[in-house]
Amino acid sequence: MRVRELVEGFNLKPIAGEQGLDREVKGGYCGDLLSDVMAKAPVGCIWLTVQGHLNIVAVAVLREMAAIVITGGREPDVETVQKASQEQLPVLTWPHSSFELAGRLYALGVGAAPTP
Amino acid sequence: MASLKKFFFIKARDFVHAGEASIHIQSLLKSMHWDPVLIRRVAICSYEGEMNVVIHGGDGVLNLSIENDRLIIEIIDDGPGIQDISLAMQPGYSTASDEAREMGFGAGMGLPNMKKNADDIQIESEPGIRTRASMTFLLESPKETP
Ligand SMILES: Nc1ncnc2c1ncn2[C@@H]1O[C@H](COP(=O)(O)OP(=O)(O)OP(=O)(O)O)[C@@H](O)[C@H]1O
Ligand SMILES: [Mg+2]
Repeated sequence: MRVRELVEGFNLKPIAGEQGLDREVKGGYCGDLLSDVMAKAPVGCIWLTVQGHLNIVAVAVLREMAAIVITGGREPDVETVQKASQEQLPVLTWPHSSFELAGRLYALGVGAAPTP
Repeated sequence: MASLKKFFFIKARDFVHAGEASIHIQSLLKSMHWDPVLIRRVAICSYEGEMNVVIHGGDGVLNLSIENDRLIIEIIDDGPGIQDISLAMQPGYSTASDEAREMGFGAGMGLPNMKKNADDIQIESEPGIRTRASMTFLLESPKETP
């Protein structure tokens, strides 16, 4: 599954890194504590978080993530958008809770894949 | 295996450039075609060490060296230091500010994650003067997949 298909299927709003929309999504993770995400998020995952500040980009790059979704109606900071664009990392927004989106993604089969 | 040395400056409280040294090291190791699992372990350790300097430490430097069968990441900062290292190593222990916690730091998992992912870790600190964390990765020693 590609990031683009999830964007279209769930009406996620791309804010940055549209160049990366064809990345493959290999799993999912929800987390707002960065050291937890850094240690446990599956490689190639789509990451659901309420954090919108710049430091989420480094975590996503280092974990080789497919995309970040900022949930709960929050918006990324301007610096986050700039940095994510440089890294061609899709940053998307979703107006409802991480729980609601995670449930839908899981039902679609995202997140059932084991960590490589 | 050729030897290689590189260093990166890390500035305390500079959240804008935080993580860049680790991203640089990750791409370097990828270009050298290292084992992906090893690269991930190194990335976790360098990132957590780098963020600890940004959040808790003073200005510092990260030294990367690759020699023969090992990669070493040494991070030194001229900051407040750590009073009780074994306490700091405990999962969940954190002195992060409210501001850092709001950003999602301060779970007290950085040092435990570093310990788990490095083959060896040495942390030394002179309170009020400096902190040094040195992590060694052996090139042929599969640890648990992060
Ligand atoms: N370079 C440093 N200088 C001073 N104190 C440090 C340094 N590194 C770690 N510490 C101390 O050790 C504690 C534990 O560090 P650790 O990385 O495990 O957790 P944290 O940074 O507080 O939270 P997290 O890493 O989960 O975001 C810190 O809260 C801080 O008190
Ligand atoms: Mg830490």
